[in-house]
Amino acid sequence: MLPELGNFALILAMIIALAQGIVPMIGAARGIPSWMAFARSAAWAQLSLLVFSFGILTYAFVTHDFSVAYVANHSNSALPLSYRISAVWGGHEGSLLLWVMLMSAWSTAVALFSKRLPLEMVARVLAVMGLIAAGFTSFVVFTSNPFDRYFPAPLDGRDLNPMLQDFGLIVHPPMLYMGYVGFSVAFAFAIAALLGGRLDAAWARWSRPWTIIAWVFLTLGIALGSWWAYYELGWGGWWFWDPVENASFLPWLVGTALMHSLAVSEKRSTFKSWTVLLAIFAFSLCLLGTFLVRSGVLTSVHAFASDPTRGVYILMLLGVVVGVSLVIYAWRAPQVKSAGNFALLSRETFLLGNNVLLVVATATILMGTLYPLILDALNLGKISVGPPYFNAVFVPLMIPLIVVLGIGPLSRWKQDDFGRLAKILRYALVVSLVLGVLWPWMLFGKLDLMVVVGATISIWLVACILLDLFYRIRHKSSFWKGLTSQPLSFYGMSLAHLGVAITVVGITFTSYYSLEKDLRMAPGDQLELGGYLFQFDGIRDAHGPNYTSTKGIISVTRDGKPVGTMYTEKRNYTVQQMPMTEAGIDPGLFRDLYVAMGEPLGDGGWAMRIYYKPFVRWIWLGSLFMAFGGILAASDRRYRLMARRKAGLDIDAKLATQES
Amino acid sequence: MKHLAFPVFFLLMVCGSVAFARFDTFVFETPQDEQRFKKLSAELRCLVCQNQNLADSNAELAMDLRRELYNMIKAGKSDAEIIDFMVVRYGDFVLYRPPVKPSTYVLWVGPLVLFVIGVVALVMFVRRRGDDVLAGGDLNSDEQNRLEGLLGKQNEKPHQKTGSGGKRKQK
Repeated sequence: MLPELGNFALILAMIIALAQGIVPMIGAARGIPSWMAFARSAAWAQLSLLVFSFGILTYAFVTHDFSVAYVANHSNSALPLSYRISAVWGGHEGSLLLWVMLMSAWSTAVALFSKRLPLEMVARVLAVMGLIAAGFTSFVVFTSNPFDRYFPAPLDGRDLNPMLQDFGLIVHPPMLYMGYVGFSVAFAFAIAALLGGRLDAAWARWSRPWTIIAWVFLTLGIALGSWWAYYELGWGGWWFWDPVENASFLPWLVGTALMHSLAVSEKRSTFKSWTVLLAIFAFSLCLLGTFLVRSGVLTSVHAFASDPTRGVYILMLLGVVVGVSLVIYAWRAPQVKSAGNFALLSRETFLLGNNVLLVVATATILMGTLYPLILDALNLGKISVGPPYFNAVFVPLMIPLIVVLGIGPLSRWKQDDFGRLAKILRYALVVSLVLGVLWPWMLFGKLDLMVVVGATISIWLVACILLDLFYRIRHKSSFWKGLTSQPLSFYGMSLAHLGVAITVVGITFTSYYSLEKDLRMAPGDQLELGGYLFQFDGIRDAHGPNYTSTKGIISVTRDGKPVGTMYTEKRNYTVQQMPMTEAGIDPGLFRDLYVAMGEPLGDGGWAMRIYYKPFVRWIWLGSLFMAFGGILAASDRRYRLMARRKAGLDIDAKLATQES
Repeated sequence: MKHLAFPVFFLLMVCGSVAFARFDTFVFETPQDEQRFKKLSAELRCLVCQNQNLADSNAELAMDLRRELYNMIKAGKSDAEIIDFMVVRYGDFVLYRPPVKPSTYVLWVGPLVLFVIGVVALVMFVRRRGDDVLAGGDLNSDEQNRLEGLLGKQNEKPHQKTGSGGKRKQK
């Protein structure tokens, strides 16, 4: 009975989403306040229904209701409670239910935090989000219903894929989805502004914090996925340029461009039509990612053709969203006048350079991802486009981006002076060139061209950030006063940029200085790698709730001093009869030691893979800095409604002066 | 098809849904050979997997190909010879670095073309904008009023927003 109620709530949510898409839109066009006000109530109603529906599916998992087909396919009576809950989004149907629930949560957040926006704007934004929600909720209801029943119910479930029985997988999808659907807010603001003919600085200011928060979620989602791949897959890789990874990386790149373009639109009232286009593309790429992952088109074009229902539905949604929004854009954008003029050497140009590089990188990765599919569909042969290609084309685009990234914040709006910039930047240039060689050489004792480039641009970026801070506070009466008088958005930006430098260092050093060894080890065998001595102490049997396991014990010493004991596991999940390797990792800020166990080779010997991975944590540490920087920037005073209500534009004016 | 239905974006790269490591214990004569083995097995694709290179794959075929690769390196074959052998046997699909040929020209030249177009567009756009910097690029008064109005301060004395560019020395 309960699952039927959940299904009913889902259908009701779909109808309300449709109403939320239509009624306020008409209200805004005709100027009917009560119709516009309906948007907020509809958002709340939709969220309540979807939370209810999601809650019922969760309850079915918790209580082992295997009559629900989705539960039977993704759970088992031996599955621990935490994984039973995360299994709700462990499959196609449930993850889409999560998608639409998070979407309505964003809608409701807009309804809640938009008290000071003109009602007409709120109505249009929520209507656009309602239409998208209606599209996806109907997709769930008609093609991917999680409440379908089995009759008769099976005695037990097929269990959750063991790879998903992991903490990383509990948090990774919700984060990623929050980012994906979060860009629908930026999209909805852009469309609403186009429709209302209000593409102005106020629009940019409203949509900026929303965009930043969505970007923060996407950043964390991607980083979590990378971290999970690193420790769970057992091969120590952290990025594979897999189409499904690219699907999340593409909106991130365009979203990054969008954030920066919005900054110009807000501060200088220029680039506006470009910003709108980026908002449209960012969300369209989120939908494209959903299509790529959900349709099965990635396995092969032919597999997609044999069961196209789901894929075609998303493709149609994607087509409608892109098509309609581009038509609105073509219709409205020519009326947008960009006021701001600027010289060739100005912060505008640097930000535009950032946008060009990010968009070219996006287009390149998109092409590399879709190229094999297109060739195959046209019968022009099967090819593979993998990491060697992506690294070859992506890295050369990122190097100038990071150089520009250092200069941008130091440059002035509108017009800058080459002599002034050169005077400031020469210190950064000297420091980065010297340390870029010395630092890796002192750490690792050997150099590679790409290592020097990576280290140099990272240090360049850090030096530029410090110079920026120095020039901002040197005229203040005291160091402390200088620090505290900077707006949060400045610290947010600096931290995020620092995060980029940290990630680049991590990627560079891990890629070029990692050591790896595959070997046979019997108890007592030793291996020396990266200055560490690994000794295999033997194996031990262990049991989990739904698996049996063999634990390999490896003790590590350095210069005779113990570093720690590492455990790697070979698990066998009983229901799915699936063997899994759990890597043993000794994490550290400057290096990870990584041990994974393969197969027994007879005579007590085991196949082992041992890694020494310097600075690998920096890759994710940098992402955390970026995300935290985003949070700081979005909570800047000028976005905070309460502060603005109290102090009004005095603060705005002050901030605008400070931020120059 | 069932394993495709997982929500997890990174899942698809796992061959046959088995995240179970099978490592080789090859012994190489020189460190250079070991490096070549690693590089080649990372650039060659496991043909029966969703999207995995030879180095990471557990599939029987991948293990056989790794052994083949090892033997060829041991026999003193060059990288080009090994790649040719693989392509003759399995087609371009086996290469993660697509070969340069008519059907992949767009793939290899595209990024450069896009980059050049982007830079040219940037320069043209900025030139046009830069013609009259002195004409003033701050929010015009209409827009400023509207911004203030929309931000809810309509009734207060309008403040002159000090645009960041405004107080700068200009050429």
